[in-house]
Amino acid sequence: MSEYKLSPEEKARYARHIAIPEFGVAAQEKLKAAKVLVIGSGGLGSPVLLYLAAAGVGHIGIVDFDVVDDSNLQRQVLFTVEDVGKSKAETARKKLLALNPHIKITVHNTAFTVANALDLVEQYDVVADGTDNFPTRYLVNDACVLKDKVNVYASIFRFEGQVSVFNYKNEEGSRGPNYRDLFPSPPPPGLVPNCAEGGVLGVLPGIIGSMQASEVIKVITGVGEPLAGRLFLFDAASFETRILKVNKNPKTKITELINYELFCGIVKKEETPVKEVTVQELENWKSQSEEFQIIDVREPYEYDIVNLGAELIPLKTILENANRIDKEKKVIIHCRSGKRSADAIRDLEKAFGFENLYNLKGGVLAYAKEINPALPTY
Amino acid sequence: MARIIIPTPLRKFTNNQSSFETQASDIQGAIEDLTTTHSDLAKHLLDDHNQIRSFIRIYLGEEDINVLQKEKTSVSPDATISIIPAIAGG
Repeated sequence: MSEYKLSPEEKARYARHIAIPEFGVAAQEKLKAAKVLVIGSGGLGSPVLLYLAAAGVGHIGIVDFDVVDDSNLQRQVLFTVEDVGKSKAETARKKLLALNPHIKITVHNTAFTVANALDLVEQYDVVADGTDNFPTRYLVNDACVLKDKVNVYASIFRFEGQVSVFNYKNEEGSRGPNYRDLFPSPPPPGLVPNCAEGGVLGVLPGIIGSMQASEVIKVITGVGEPLAGRLFLFDAASFETRILKVNKNPKTKITELINYELFCGIVKKEETPVKEVTVQELENWKSQSEEFQIIDVREPYEYDIVNLGAELIPLKTILENANRIDKEKKVIIHCRSGKRSADAIRDLEKAFGFENLYNLKGGVLAYAKEINPALPTY
Repeated sequence: MARIIIPTPLRKFTNNQSSFETQASDIQGAIEDLTTTHSDLAKHLLDDHNQIRSFIRIYLGEEDINVLQKEKTSVSPDATISIIPAIAGG
């Protein structure tokens, strides 16, 4: 353990930790010796990474394949305007080493998948799950169970946050409940929107991610009582907090990684192709004064963020508003990225036999990228 | 009256109401009361056999009803019932 002895500079840096009677030099050296894998460096990942780096966790791994987007900056406090378009994981590494040069950061600039999950988890002592979708949540959990690692979990939605410590090994050496003990199966696709669709209060991941970082530190150091077998709930709107018990479920069996997209019901089915136009073709139609109707099937709040001047008919009301859609001239239907509008076209073609509907390929995002970069994206 | 706390993802089915008061004496009655008042909620909380769906957990106070008497768990007038859905945002 001598390589984890604190240098004089580190002792000065961590003096406020060392001053805590239950903490001391021994806990600080445990932090220095620890290897933590943070999966996702977004809303939750930002405060988790900042606090773990500041606290002196010796080796932090960051898994993220994404790049920084304007719409991240409302809550992902690791990043600034000049980082937009850059790799999140690489950018995070630079910021964290600037904050604390005494630690090591390993960047895994990749998606967390069935192919790499076990290898990645195996290299670390503790995992912090800051991912943003159900398939990856279950994958993180199962990989941690199979590799016998603690999964410090947090998730957020609008004003609400959840925190727990899964698969925690107690003093007797037995493992506590895991994510599947709490939620044996995921909700059907669409019931619980992600933060991009459903929104999230920007400060919420700061609050919940800080708690997640605190639990990571407690797990590593053995100081305090980790939130194992318990689920913490926070509602920022009402400022209500609850702590509920989580029990092991004897029916939970995790023996191997599975197809998580399929498990969560979001595997792409063989979908009937729809006619498409590119944003450039749309511009050509406009300049050639071609007669066409354009319909936006997003939600009103999305329309308020950015719109192309289209008629707004949200997807869930499209069939009941079919009479507003022209059956003769060309009709372009769009959404944010092109998926919901394709669904709308399939529904309309099936229910009413439309033959004049065109999906705007890439939706508003493509339009903003290729035609009018001044438009906000989200 | 017992109070059911409605989680954010399900509030779109309760006219954005965050809680619901019920005079039911057990969990089953409380859920029936809630889904009768907010009928759109029923299909999201209950399966075809009127059982609570597996991605939803129901708590009485701090205890999962699955370790109590499940839907038959008694509810006192000052009880708090929590509906806990999985959320995945990060």
